Amino acid sequence: MPDDIGAISALADPLRRSAYQAVAAADRPMGRDEVAEALGIGRTLAAFHLDKLVDAGLLEVSYARRSGRSGPGAGRPAKLYRRSAVEHEVSLPPREYRAAAELLAEAVERAGADATLYAVAREHGRQVGAAGGGLLATLEKLGYEPELHDASVLLRNCPFHQLANQFPPLVCGMNLALLEGLAAQLAPGCKVRMDRGPTGCCVVIDF
Amino acid sequence: MWHLAQLNVARPLAPLDSAQMADFVRDLPVINALADAAPGFVWRLRDEDGQDATSLRPYGPETMVNMSVWESVEALRDFVYRGPHLNSLRRRREWFDYAGIEAHLVLWWIPAGVTPTLDEARDRLELLIRKGPGPDAFTLRRPYPPPDQVPSG
Repeated sequence: MPDDIGAISALADPLRRSAYQAVAAADRPMGRDEVAEALGIGRTLAAFHLDKLVDAGLLEVSYARRSGRSGPGAGRPAKLYRRSAVEHEVSLPPREYRAAAELLAEAVERAGADATLYAVAREHGRQVGAAGGGLLATLEKLGYEPELHDASVLLRNCPFHQLANQFPPLVCGMNLALLEGLAAQLAPGCKVRMDRGPTGCCVVIDF
Repeated sequence: MWHLAQLNVARPLAPLDSAQMADFVRDLPVINALADAAPGFVWRLRDEDGQDATSLRPYGPETMVNMSVWESVEALRDFVYRGPHLNSLRRRREWFDYAGIEAHLVLWWIPAGVTPTLDEARDRLELLIRKGPGPDAFTLRRPYPPPDQVPSG
């Protein structure tokens, strides 16, 4: 826990938090200059905050040559920042909902109660949707990081990531049902389907 | 070199030509074609018709089986838990019953180039049920490395 508190405390500075959010929202690694421009600050200040975020474990660094050149004289590779995949969590007083979720998921699986779970999730999705709001805004609020590509919504983040890796059919099925319920309320007529790839959430919503 | 063999068993809830099984039967050739083309896929069990293993009943009249070989646990996992296969897997209880089936999936390491037999597969399944996951019979949730690799950690 001390690591996680340190990591999250690194976001206390508002400018540093904006830098983190800019990198986290990007769909590819960002360089110092891009972040500086996005925030309207100087490059040195941007690098200072970005490197503090790396030290805190919230961002990771990679190096790449943007221009596609290689070999001597091609220039130094650019230092790029991306969101770290490491999960950070702080709960005070201490809470262990993940541990409970694992036990509950295994029990549902053993009991063969998949259909019940999906029905519960669909109902819950409908209830969330009944509160109104736009579909994309609601998906954003729920942590899915929606992105519109042509007529489809792709979801960049899986809010149940580790649990989905432990119980893929059950948790992904639950997630699909939840989003089916949500979309039925907020965007009836669109199609919600499962198409799990190597990253992100397994669900795609087609308009 | 070692390859990964897998067996899974299930009891279909209705005959394959019934309306209840329609989506399963419709999706199966698509999924099998994807398996054949998947990175790390080596071999899968087929019956005399050559399409799939759905007509085979080696362990009793009600139990359907599927057996395949892959280059690694990762290759199998990437196929099973992504794309159309995951989409079908989440619906498995619309089509299959697992009551009385203590373990429905077993994995084991087999020398590369060897085709697993259904007898050996059943032995591995029974080993898994008797002893839980171990180096000779394990699951995707608790995999073990091949005999020539030292486990890390």
